[in-house]
Parts: sequence; C-alpha cells; structure tokens
Amino acid sequence: MSTSTALATVGGTRTDAMAINGSEEQYVTFTVGSEEYGVNILSVREIRGWTPESRLPNLPDYVRGVINLRGIIIPIFDLRARFGGGATDVTKRHVVVVIQVGERTRGILVDAISDILAIGHDSIKPPPDVDSGMVDAEYLSGLYTAENRMVTLLSVERLFATDNGDVDGLHKAPPALEKAN
Amino acid sequence: MEDLSRFKQTYFDESAELLAVAESGLLRLTPGEVDSDEVNAIFRAVHSIKGGGGAFGFTELVAFAHEFETVMDGVRNSAIPVTTELVDTLIRANDVLGQMLAYAREGEAAPPGTTDDTVAALRRHLSGEAKPVHAGPAHAEPAAAKAPEPVAAAPAAYPDDEDDEAGIFGDAMALIEAARAYENPVPEGKIRWTVTFRPKADLLMSGNEPTFMLRALRRLGEAQIDCSVENLPTLQNLEAELLFLSWTVTLIADPDVDLEKINDVFEFVADECDIKITAEAPPPAVVEAPIAESEPAPVATEPVPVAAAPVAPPKAPEAAKPRANAGGGGEHAGLTSHTIRVDLDKIDRLVNMVGEMVITQAMIAEHVRELPQGEFQELLEGLEQLAQHTRELRESVMSIRAQPVSSVFSRMPRLVRECAAATAKEVQLVTSGETTEVDKTVVENLVDPLTHMIRNSIDHGLEGPDERERVGKPRAGTVHLSAQHRSGRIVIEITDDGRGINRPKVLSKAIEKGLVQPGASLSDEEIDNLIFLPGFSTADQVSNLSGRGVGMDVVRRNITSLGGRIGVYSTPGEGSRFVLSLPLTLAVLDGMVISVGEERFVLPLTNIVESLRPKPADLHGLVGKCDVMMARGEYVRLVYLHQLFGIPKAVTDPTRALVVLVETEDGSRLGLVVDEVLGQQQVVIKSLEANFRRLDGVAAATILGDGRVALILDVAGLREMSRHHESGTTRAVAALPAPELEPV
Repeated sequence: MSTSTALATVGGTRTDAMAINGSEEQYVTFTVGSEEYGVNILSVREIRGWTPESRLPNLPDYVRGVINLRGIIIPIFDLRARFGGGATDVTKRHVVVVIQVGERTRGILVDAISDILAIGHDSIKPPPDVDSGMVDAEYLSGLYTAENRMVTLLSVERLFATDNGDVDGLHKAPPALEKAN
Repeated sequence: MEDLSRFKQTYFDESAELLAVAESGLLRLTPGEVDSDEVNAIFRAVHSIKGGGGAFGFTELVAFAHEFETVMDGVRNSAIPVTTELVDTLIRANDVLGQMLAYAREGEAAPPGTTDDTVAALRRHLSGEAKPVHAGPAHAEPAAAKAPEPVAAAPAAYPDDEDDEAGIFGDAMALIEAARAYENPVPEGKIRWTVTFRPKADLLMSGNEPTFMLRALRRLGEAQIDCSVENLPTLQNLEAELLFLSWTVTLIADPDVDLEKINDVFEFVADECDIKITAEAPPPAVVEAPIAESEPAPVATEPVPVAAAPVAPPKAPEAAKPRANAGGGGEHAGLTSHTIRVDLDKIDRLVNMVGEMVITQAMIAEHVRELPQGEFQELLEGLEQLAQHTRELRESVMSIRAQPVSSVFSRMPRLVRECAAATAKEVQLVTSGETTEVDKTVVENLVDPLTHMIRNSIDHGLEGPDERERVGKPRAGTVHLSAQHRSGRIVIEITDDGRGINRPKVLSKAIEKGLVQPGASLSDEEIDNLIFLPGFSTADQVSNLSGRGVGMDVVRRNITSLGGRIGVYSTPGEGSRFVLSLPLTLAVLDGMVISVGEERFVLPLTNIVESLRPKPADLHGLVGKCDVMMARGEYVRLVYLHQLFGIPKAVTDPTRALVVLVETEDGSRLGLVVDEVLGQQQVVIKSLEANFRRLDGVAAATILGDGRVALILDVAGLREMSRHHESGTTRAVAALPAPELEPV
C-alpha cells in the first residue's frame, strides 16, 4: 500500500507558481505510449503504483480486472487497450490513476504521470473533425498544447459511459435491482 | 407476559427520550418569551408518559405526571405565567418524574413522600400562590384529579383530562386515593363494604360494560378496586369477546349507602354474574384481607389489559422492602435508557471494520501456516482464540443489523386487500414466522419481490370465487406467506391454493414467444420454470396488477442479486409454492478458496457437497458434447471453470485436476473442474457492482488474506452459463432456458 501517492505532494510545488483564477482548471496529465492525456484534477482521487489485478471473466481486454483499494473493489481499465493499442505489458513502474465518476470509483492504467497543468478554458481547442469511425470522439473534451506537446483532454464521465454505470462499449448489464412492479 | 414486558421496555425507553425532550424544552423556557410549540412539546411529552404509565398501572407515577401536566396545561393556556421559579419547579418535576419512572421500571414503590415537595410546589403555581406552603403531613394531601379544591382555586378551569377517553387515568386516581385511604383507619361513621364481582364470561355479549358499574360504585364512596386476572387464559387461548376478569371492590361509604344502593349498580347484570357483598365494621382488622390477597401476586407489575381497572400496588412497606433489596440500594438518579438509536452509517462502518479485521485475521493465519510446525505453540493458540473472538465479534455486529421480516410482512395484508379488490377475488392472507430475523438490507430488498409475487399469486394463481366454488374449494383463496431459518439461510415461501401453473398454456406461450423450440419435450419442472423468463406473462389480458412485461424474471433477478435463489413447485388444481432462499447477511460468508490457472475464486460453502479427483474410468462423454462423471452412483455434468471464464494456464484434464461437486438451491448438481482447493475461509462479501457491474457466474467479490481480490462464484449462474456454452451445439432442452435468461 506504500505505492499510493498523495496527490497533494505531486501538485504542491506547482500550485504556488501558478495563479489559479476562475477561468483555469487543473489537469493531471499522463502518458500512454507516446501520447499524453489529461483529466480534470477534481475527478482524480489518488495515483498509485501498479499492483497485480484479479482478472474478470469474459470481458473486453481493456478491462484489466479488479484491485482492492483499501477495502473497496475497483475495476481497472487499460487506457492503451481502450484506445486500441493492445493490452499494456505492466511493470512496477506503471501507474493507476484512481478516478471518481459520480458514485463510482475506477482506476485507469497508464504508463506514467507526467504533469499537472493549469489550463485556461480559452486555450482548450476542440478536437478536430475526425471521422467518427476512426476515433470514438465521445470522450474527448478538447486538445491543449503545452510546450510543443499535444495533450488530449479526456472527459471521464464519458470515458466510462454513465448510463447505468456500464463501461462504454460493454454490453449492458442487467439492471441490478430494478423495481418489480 | 413476556410480550407485555417487552412493551413495558419500549415504554421506558420512550419515556427516557420524552424526559429528555421535556428537559431540553424546559431549559429553553424563558420568562416572557414563551414559545407555544415548545410548551406543547413538553406538555405532550409529560402527557405521553402519563398515558403509557396508566396503561401499565403505574398509579403513583401517573398521579405525579398528572400534577406536572396540569401545570403545563396552565402554561399552555397562558393561565400560569412563566417565571424563573416556575421553570425551576418544572425542571425539578421532570427529574422527579424520571425517578418515578426508574422506580416503576425496577418494580418498586417509590418511597413515601418522594413527590410531595414537588407536588406542593406545582400546586402553588397552579393556585397562583407565591408564598411557600409547608408540605405538612405528606399523606394528608389528597391526590390531584379527585381533589377539586386546589383546581377550583386556580384562575382557570382545568378540564379533567378531556382526552382521557379510556378512563385510564380517572381510575388510576381513584386507586391512589384508595391506596392512601388504606393507611388510614376507616373514618368514623363510615362503613366498609367489600363487593366481589365475578361476571360471567359472556357478560360483554349482552352489551354490559363492567367499567360503568365500577365507576358507579366509586360514586358511592371511596373505592379501591382490585382486578383479578387469575382466570385470564394465555394469549393464544384468549377470546377477545369474552371476559375473564373479576373484581374486588373495597368501598368506604357514608352510612346512607345501603345494600340496596350497591345492588342497584348491578341491577342489569344480576343474572350474569356472581356478586358477594359484605359490610364490615370500621375497625381496621378487616383491612387485612385485601392486603393479604394482593401481596403474593405480583399484580402491581403486571399490566392488566383492561383499561378500567389497573391494579393499585400495595403501598405497604412489607411489599416494598424486598423489592428495594433486589433493586440494590434503591437510589435512582433518574431513568437511564437501555437502548440507543444509532445512525446506520455508524453501524455500517463498524461492520466494515469487522470485515477488515476478518481479512487481517485470515492474512495472519495464512502467514502462520508457513511457520515451522511445532514451534510457536503459544502464538498458534493465541491466534486460534483471536479467530474465535473475531467470529463472535462478527456475529454480534451482524445481529445489530438483524431485523425481523415482520416489517415487510406487515405491508402485505394491505396489498392483498387491494389486489383482491382489483381482481374481484376473495383472498385470505396467512403469515407465519414474522419474527424471523435477517439482515436489514435483505429485509429492505425483500419488499419488491414479495409484493410482486403476492400480486402474481392473486392475479394468476387464485381462481375467482365462483370458479373456486365450482371445483369444490372455499370461495376465498388462501395465500400463505411464511419465513423460517434453514441451515444458515432464510427461506420464505409463498403458497397459494389456486389453480397451479397451467403448463400447456405456459408452454404454448413460450413457444409462441420463441423461448422454446417447437416440439421440444420439457419436464414439468422445466415448464414451471419458464415463468421466470424475461417478458413472460400468461395473463390473457394485461391487467393493472401484473402483466406489464416486468414479471417473475425481475423477481428472480432481484433475488439473485441478493445472493438468493427462487424455485417454484406447482400442482395443477391445487396451487403453487414459490420458495425463496436468501442469505442471512450480505456481508460475510463461509467459502472455499479454489484456484484455476493463476486466478483464485471463492465457492460458497453452502453450495459444496464434496471435492474429489476422478479416475479416468469415472469420466464419460455425453453425445460427444459434454462430459459427465460418475460420482456416488449418479452422473453429474462437468463444468470446466477455465472454459467458462477463459482462464489460461489451467489444468484441463479432470483426472489431474479436482472436481468440486456443487449443488444449487433447487438440488441439481454439477461437477466444477478446478485446479486446486486451497482451503476454507470466512470471507467478507464486497460488491463488484458498487464500482463496476454484475458479471455472469459471479455473485460478488472478496479480498483474500494477501490483499488480492477474488471473485465469489455463483453456482447457479455457472450452471446457466454452461448451458449457454453448450446451447449452440447441443440438445434443445439444454438450450432452452439459457438464451434469454441472462442477457450478457
């Protein structure tokens, strides 16, 4: 459990340097392969080192499995596999970003944390008009340029489709406790 | 009597809360700024304590509460100005009331004079007198309600308990007077009458009311009324319309009250009762009789279910003394509560912590197993104890959450009424086992399935009254709802005596809906179970009650999500029986840890029959599609977990793996092929759905000793999955329920 890193210490040095005003929001960015992604810091609960998961049967490969997060069981999604890059070959250096989506807590497996950026609303560019068959643009909330790097900002709500709490692209689970009328 | 003592307990608990309400209200009572809501709240609190006390026959307490209440009523009507002194008095009165409650709970009589000072102070406020009046000889003070003088002196008239319809209080007051009169010899010039009134059991049938007669007697003088409950049958045998009580009235009356006047009281019931009236001379010797009578029987602590005649506790010191000893000192600082209300979150946190502790304990046990044998004997013993304590702790914590199913069952009569009205059927609901306890979560989640199933039974199961008559059944159908504990689970049955499942109709409907291939031959049981298929409804017309497309499939899904099973047993023409079996708690289960490939799973112990390693000769292929194994003279189908779950690196040859023989709730068996059985363990059930979703063949998840997650297998789910697995290629029957059952 020592692999858990409190987020405050990651962001501590930078928040001093950067004035946070109303039009800016902070994003945690991380890398998957050569690409850099960002999620709103408010949805990030913690960042932890990779711990072996327990597999779940009969699910797409981007559902890595589940881990024990201090007594609660959270699913881990492999972002590389989610974007069609195949399952990540995990090492101890891989990182899980624990994200709060509504009532649910979920982990996404990424290669490494790279930065915490304060991004103004104005500097977020809309995603280009890509062919919907090529990129599932649903979960992209915008693009940001940081020192020549392009950061793809993700909408966690849409990344894990909110409807019924099911994962985007997964078949719908039977509603667990429908009201029997 | 046990039940009554439980009510009493509730009374004391609630009274403690009411006292606290009154006290905090009193503390906020400021002269000049009277908040009428606040005053009303205090008044109601005191009034409730009084009312309950009257029902249990705590006469002294009631008398005092009445004094208190009368003053509060004055405050309420602004007849008594709120002064600091008044508030002080009222707070003291509240404390005294607490003491009285404490005495009553211990079954002791309060020491004489406990309330006198406070009563005197209360009355001073009532009469508007500011100057202190010396309390004087305590017993000389007559009791409140029957003492019109001080009340009359008050600036406003106080209605004598206009809401005291049952007359509880008035009688109690009379008893107090009578009790006090005891201590005094019969006054000069008065006559003591003893009237024994034994009404026949059917007295009430003729419209007579003993209360009125007793009241009439009381008007003749000072009466002490003793009620005899010795003929009272047990609750089961109690006929509500019969009268089992008899009364002994000791009346101290003026000489002008003669035998005739007393006889007049019983004029209308003379034929329906035994009356013995004796007149006695003034000397106190004769008083001995009633005292001796009331002493041996602990009547004072027994609430009498007839409002008219609570029994006065004998104020005799002989009676009080032994009780005081039992009470240990007899010092009552106030009433302390024996129950507390706790926020559910706090309990859940406790449950979680205990769950974590169970995990930690399992982890330690796992490490200790690796220690060299024979050494660390004391450590091992300590751990053994720890394991036991953990288990007990777990059970205690779980019992906090346990609730009787009556909270669900009690909702059903109304539902049955409504359904019966809507379907124009006559229905009688019989419930049993309401006190069966089960975890709160289970109870709460039972409401919907039970509601639906009972509706279903009435709508589909029961015939209309005319049709029932034709087939020789009583016009009213019966739905029986029962609950009981059975081998660590709660089993709930819903039985109706209706027409049973119409199998040809169900089958044709299923074929029509494409759920069954035409020409498939199904067993009766298989046909019955078709009703659990999604969207299945046999009602000819969509009724308001059921048949809205949500059917028994939803019920089954709800029950399954609680870790339960549902089965149906039906006999055409005789009725159907639905059997639900649910775990008692949703938090912990005893499981067997097994491994397949690199994965570990937990099998609920309740499902496991045995585990064995088959010999090659025991294994057979069945029409080349699935494997069966001969186990104890029976063929069971083998289910390969690694195939169902797609687990790599598993042992695929059953003769080198292990077969765990499992049984589902409906009794069907499967051979689950796994790599290894690692050991038995108590596991904490963790939700997979909370952060993810439900998975087929998986009931929930847990955390093992090393902190890793393991899935808890759902045996019935696995069976359905395996049918599904084979469905594309195998027999029609096996394929039948699977495709629509669990949408994947």
